[in-house]
Amino acid sequence: MSEFLQQLDPVSLLSITLITATPLTLAALGGMMCERSGVVNIALEGIMLTGAFIGYAVAFFTHNLWIGVAAAVLSGMIIASLHAVLSISLLVDQIVSGMVINIMAVGITGVFYRTYLESATSAGPGTLPHWNVPVLSSIPVIGPIFFENQFVTYAMLVLILVVHFVLFRTVWGLRTRACGEHPRAAETAGINVHFVRYVNVITSGALAGLGGAYFSLQQIGNFLPNMTGGRGYIALAAMIFGKWTPVGAFGASLLFSGSDQIGSRMQSVFHVQIPLQFLGMLPYLLTIVVLAGAMGRAIAPAAVGRPYKKE
Amino acid sequence: MDLDVSWRQVHALLGENGAGKSTLMNIVYGLLRPDSGEILFDGKPVDLHSPLDAIRLGIGMVHQHFMLIPPLTVAENIVLGHEVANRGVMDLTESSHKVEQLSERFGLQVDPRERIAELSVGLQQRVEILKALYRGARLLILDEPTAVLTPQEIEGLFTIVRALVAEGKAVIFITHKLAEVSEVADVITVMRRGRVVGTTTPKESKSADLARMMVGRTVLLRVEKSPAKPGAQVLKVDNLVVLDDRRHVAVDNLSLDVRVGEIFGVAGVEGNGQNELIDALMGLRSIRAGKVQVDGREISNLSTHARLKGGLGLIPPDRHRMGVVLELSVADNLVLDDFDHPPFARWLVRQFNAIRDYAVKLIKTFDIRLQSPDQPVGSLSGGNQQKLVVARQLGTLPKLLIAGQPTRGVDVGSIEFIHRQIVSERDRGLAVLLVSSELDEVLSLSDRIGVLYRGRIVAVLDAEGADRDRIGLLMAGAS
Amino acid sequence: MAGWRRWLLSAVLVPLVSVICGFAVGAIAIVAAGADPLMAYSALFAGAFTNHNALAETLVSTTPYVLLGLAVAIGFRAGLFNIGAEGQFYIGSLSGVFVAYSIRGLPGIVEVPLAMIAGMLGGALWASIAGALKARFGAHEVITTIMLNYVSFLVASYLVDTPGLMLARNVSTPRTPDIDAGAVLPNLLPGSRLHLGFVLALIAVPIVWFLIERTTIGFRLRAVGFNQNAARAAGMSVGRTIVLTMALSGALAGAAGIVQILGVNFHMTDTVAAGYGFDAIAVALLARSNPWGVLPAALLFGALHNGASFMQLETQVSADLISIVQASVIIFVAAPAIVGWLFRLRRAPTETVAITQREVDAPTT
Repeated sequence: MSEFLQQLDPVSLLSITLITATPLTLAALGGMMCERSGVVNIALEGIMLTGAFIGYAVAFFTHNLWIGVAAAVLSGMIIASLHAVLSISLLVDQIVSGMVINIMAVGITGVFYRTYLESATSAGPGTLPHWNVPVLSSIPVIGPIFFENQFVTYAMLVLILVVHFVLFRTVWGLRTRACGEHPRAAETAGINVHFVRYVNVITSGALAGLGGAYFSLQQIGNFLPNMTGGRGYIALAAMIFGKWTPVGAFGASLLFSGSDQIGSRMQSVFHVQIPLQFLGMLPYLLTIVVLAGAMGRAIAPAAVGRPYKKE
Repeated sequence: MDLDVSWRQVHALLGENGAGKSTLMNIVYGLLRPDSGEILFDGKPVDLHSPLDAIRLGIGMVHQHFMLIPPLTVAENIVLGHEVANRGVMDLTESSHKVEQLSERFGLQVDPRERIAELSVGLQQRVEILKALYRGARLLILDEPTAVLTPQEIEGLFTIVRALVAEGKAVIFITHKLAEVSEVADVITVMRRGRVVGTTTPKESKSADLARMMVGRTVLLRVEKSPAKPGAQVLKVDNLVVLDDRRHVAVDNLSLDVRVGEIFGVAGVEGNGQNELIDALMGLRSIRAGKVQVDGREISNLSTHARLKGGLGLIPPDRHRMGVVLELSVADNLVLDDFDHPPFARWLVRQFNAIRDYAVKLIKTFDIRLQSPDQPVGSLSGGNQQKLVVARQLGTLPKLLIAGQPTRGVDVGSIEFIHRQIVSERDRGLAVLLVSSELDEVLSLSDRIGVLYRGRIVAVLDAEGADRDRIGLLMAGAS
Repeated sequence: MAGWRRWLLSAVLVPLVSVICGFAVGAIAIVAAGADPLMAYSALFAGAFTNHNALAETLVSTTPYVLLGLAVAIGFRAGLFNIGAEGQFYIGSLSGVFVAYSIRGLPGIVEVPLAMIAGMLGGALWASIAGALKARFGAHEVITTIMLNYVSFLVASYLVDTPGLMLARNVSTPRTPDIDAGAVLPNLLPGSRLHLGFVLALIAVPIVWFLIERTTIGFRLRAVGFNQNAARAAGMSVGRTIVLTMALSGALAGAAGIVQILGVNFHMTDTVAAGYGFDAIAVALLARSNPWGVLPAALLFGALHNGASFMQLETQVSADLISIVQASVIIFVAAPAIVGWLFRLRRAPTETVAITQREVDAPTT
């Protein structure tokens, strides 16, 4: 038994699960704020990819990781505002608008990567440093998992609480929820629905952009085309599974990344022979199962996906 | 157009559906912008860009379709937009407290912490009024407030309205019901097709006069029909139990029957299970328990398609949602039930000539005003759309017609037409189950009336000589 | 505005202007990358049309876009976003290529249809999974089809890489055996790669048009796409319609996959060329979900695809640049308001932009 535990290394497993859940959670938080105000954001994948690219490119040229992170967040906000303009003001179908952004993101990051960065010979900016929280990181089990992380993961943990508080305890959160459930009622109460939606969409861009920074600046220290690998879509499933709440989204993200981790240990720890490709399918299949079981949109914000038109 | 409203007055805005009453008030509330003209409030011209401007002036509006957010609480709904907060963070205790204070002052009892989704319609309306009062409304606009109330609740509303006016406020009461106007209004302005036709008082004008002003000609206030000659039983519903979307019991051991050549009207306030009953009868909602038999055959396991083929017809209560496909043409909509059968299709290929001939025939019979059978249904007026729905169903020569709110949102001319059509089909042997929240419609059309309260039929009486007040009491649950 | 004028605006002018705007944005990007747009675009044009065999090669590239564009367009008409065209393409390739290399010695008139049917069935079944999930559980097809895409890549990789499954013997890179000679689509123009598949794609267009506009299946599809509730109240089975639509869509995507194999590649490798699926969406959007519109839209994308490598050769402008052009074109198509605003054609939109061809434009007699 102890040998099994040693091989499984639960602390390391949980720690890596938490870390790899970072981009999922951030994107899911972003998607959630957006949908709570009534706008579907399929573009999370494209925003994350762009964030990863811009973050890396800026960090590369300025030799400063922190400016890179800031640039990732900013780029996410800019791209998200494009989605906002298209779907809120120009009444483009929100899913079409999101897919268009994803298509553009793949194309643009690919082009500029190949043009400027692929053949770059100078050293990259490295990855974000690990910060150990004094005292707390010495607690057995909990310490190494939560308190020996890099910036983006810490940011994620803090943001879960912040977003929860904002959504359920503040005026802004109340108005956001009103716009997502019954925008006309919100308007008759004197709220500017378009404004609320704009801000929430841009916020989701900031969160997803930060999630993108995870890939290039925290995990690898480099940019690879399409490095987000569908996580933006999985984040949407996490959001749905988490019933559009921050803590729920976090839990669902842990579930997804955890299953991925267990899958990759199938051979070494559980001694189960499964072809590599099937292990790779695990997160995607799990997403599908979750979507089927979570009964899709039963509890979504009532007005999500529909453009709001003033009379 | 011109309108003058004074303080300490209940001013009724009377007109039929589509006359422009709601539009006018939406402008006053800042939801719409006028193309020309001006609005004077307290003698001063005002320019309203949004409801915020109206609210600031002291104008409050309670809409026909409530502007309440179901998952949020009463307190949250009331304070939305004018929240009780400390630097952005909400103070929920103080919010509840303020709501309770307001509630007591005006005698409108509600529990601030309950979620809107859990409240009855009458209570929801109270919340709406409190919302307006919370923002300091001095002029209160009520848009068709009685549509969802029992006759007794309506009396309660009138009392509240009179109390508000006594305090010095002004109330604009939008309605299309003549009876109410004489009861509660001090001044009546009648609108027709976007214009003011006249301003009068209940003393000066009788119902008939008002009706003529509303429509421009003498209006039949009651449908002329010969007595029914009911035959064998067509529909038999036995102890039906149906759940609503939130898994609560909506239809609660309901039983009724409808015979050949008779119109059975279900009277009841909206929200007592009508929609769930209709859905269940048509196979759009599953049946929890009970039996539904048509011509002696159990149909609860049949698909909607099979029921339509078996002689059922439906005029859905919400035509835009369930009655028509707005983007498809008139002709396509007329064959929506039958499009995959000969003569409209042969071996999967649609036969447009047959479809067109059929459509033209129905259009003529039902006097649907349009330019071409190929134009999209969305371009038709409400009345013509409803006539299309009726035409589609009656064209299939059903045995049993289920008519849900058949004349909602329809102009008077079309209402008359549709009523006459239903009665003439009844004379030819059609069985009709009429479900309507317009008590007048039920009273004038039905041969027998069943009163629906909380999901069951609490009484069945003959329409001939039925006592309106007694029905009202039954609708409210009194026995 | 008169009916035909509105049709002209919506179906022809908007896409046309959107394309022009897309190229304009591309030109900006070219300048940003330090090259001359005119030179780049003329190289693009030459590579697509005027070079030796360029036109034939462009038509070869166009072929899959036609079928994939039709696939996505059918989905749009029913209100479904089939982002999974790419996955269905691969599954169709897998099932089709298996039949094509397993059956030996029969004449083309037998082998080609068999392989095609296998390919279409594979794509149809794969797409039906997403359709059934939506119909039964309400799972949003955007996410499920994208997930199935990733799964399909891995399935293809597994089948093609594993000995004993679809991996050919004695090959340097992992791939399936070559298809039987009888399954090869005949060449249309000696000296080029233009194959019969192009004609098949052309034939598919009027067939799909007929299906949508003239059959009961198409009527069902459109009714459900416009208003599910009314369709249900009229007795239509919405769930079955969704699954059927996805199956049809998947069949077309699968057809695209197998046609590529039978006409161009003659075997299947384990590398997946990403991007077909997204391009398919772009084609369908540009065509406004109208089957006839898919032809010019697919031709544009085929031309871009083909001309890009020549453009890169001649002017050092990266071939990826065309994705910027493509993406810009879609943005302008999906938001005609931008185009209108740019050219002061009309005021701000007052109704949701339809991504499908409005019914009023289609003839009913």
